[in-house]
Amino acid sequence: MNLTDQITAAWNWLTASSHWSGGDGIPHRLLEHLGYSALALAIAAVIALPLGALVGHTGRGGFIVVSFANLARAVPTLGLLLLVVTVTSIGLTPVIIPLIALAMPPILVNTYEGIRAVDADIKDAAKGMGMKGPGVLLKAEIPVAIPLILLGLRTAAIQVVATATIAAYAGIGGLGRYIVDGLARKDYPSVVGGSVLVVLLAVVVQLVFIGIRRAFVSQGLRGSSRTS
Amino acid sequence: MTAVADGEPLIRWNWIGDHTDELTTLTLHHLKLALLPILFGLIIAIPLGIMCVRWRWLYPPTLGVANVLYGVPSLALFMLFIPYFGIGSGGQADFTIILPLTLFSLSVLVPNVVDGLRSVPEPVRQAATAMGFGTLRRLVQVELPIAVPVVIAGARVATVASISLVSVGVLIGNGGLGQEFIDGYSRDFTTPIIVSCVLIILLALFSDGVLVTAQRLLTPWARTRRSNG
Repeated sequence: MNLTDQITAAWNWLTASSHWSGGDGIPHRLLEHLGYSALALAIAAVIALPLGALVGHTGRGGFIVVSFANLARAVPTLGLLLLVVTVTSIGLTPVIIPLIALAMPPILVNTYEGIRAVDADIKDAAKGMGMKGPGVLLKAEIPVAIPLILLGLRTAAIQVVATATIAAYAGIGGLGRYIVDGLARKDYPSVVGGSVLVVLLAVVVQLVFIGIRRAFVSQGLRGSSRTS
Repeated sequence: MTAVADGEPLIRWNWIGDHTDELTTLTLHHLKLALLPILFGLIIAIPLGIMCVRWRWLYPPTLGVANVLYGVPSLALFMLFIPYFGIGSGGQADFTIILPLTLFSLSVLVPNVVDGLRSVPEPVRQAATAMGFGTLRRLVQVELPIAVPVVIAGARVATVASISLVSVGVLIGNGGLGQEFIDGYSRDFTTPIIVSCVLIILLALFSDGVLVTAQRLLTPWARTRRSNG
């Protein structure tokens, strides 16, 4: 099967009307996929955003945060998934835990780096205007650090959406079902079609974050640099 | 699928001793599958990054492709190469894993090479030109060395990710240490899963350490400047 055949087969698979309805239909699987991804990202953000902001603001524990994030990046997601499935059982928990572990490092590191890199003059000016610690953090540091914080959230979101595919291996839904089931049945159009859907979803996530960036980053900060 | 039986420990330490040969083979194969993509990625990303800096119009489309590649699930990328190199472990089938991971590493490395080259201060570039450096010599002796920290930062992210992603390859029969995930999972036996997770993390930390050391050796001026205050 060459590339053209693959594309034709995937196209036929994607446009077949039978694939667009019912429990195994694309809309339903897409919603499941988005559901797991959004839940994992939200939990990771609730933990990592305040932690990163606090560490960046106080300047204490930065080394620990960065080392922890690097360690967490090295954890193989599939291994963690299968370990949690083996110890507990099939279901939502084994999927969400590895996805949270995947999403936390970029959010944590970018928030920390973003807050830490805020110009000392800006902080001094905020203090000079009578702000105390929390005020400086909320009104000066966070708005200036927003581009990096959003970059962290974007990186995390894309990785989570791409990796949520393995949820199928823990026996639950999402777009990964097309890939894992297709692989088991040697149904390659389903595998390629499912992969194309995940890629499109990742592109949409990118565009959403570009939109958020346009809406929330102040004029004075446009064109800020990127880090990992 | 049932949970682990009561009384079964999370780790049976004697299993490790009984399987050292198997673990060594898998570890070496894992390193090959994970690190060749980084090597290939650097060989492609450096010239490509240089071209993107030289011809600015080239960068937006390249960055677009890189961003899309970054979002592709590795499993999906592996699929695309199965028709060409086949399924299995060793020989030609290794490229079913190595080439997709090379593409993935490019999605991290190319933007970093470009950012690194763009981080060269304009006065430094002008000083090199004023000293009579031609374009090529300025690139090799001034611009690339200054770009090293940013390029290595990218290589570190790509390497750690690659070492972790190889294990996904086991779903198509070639995942280095990921093999133990499936063996453990199919028998409700946690020891192989934990042991290979730990080995993968250690490989990542070790490779990361090697890259940090390489950066120190390649940028001796960074240390001198710091010690001089």
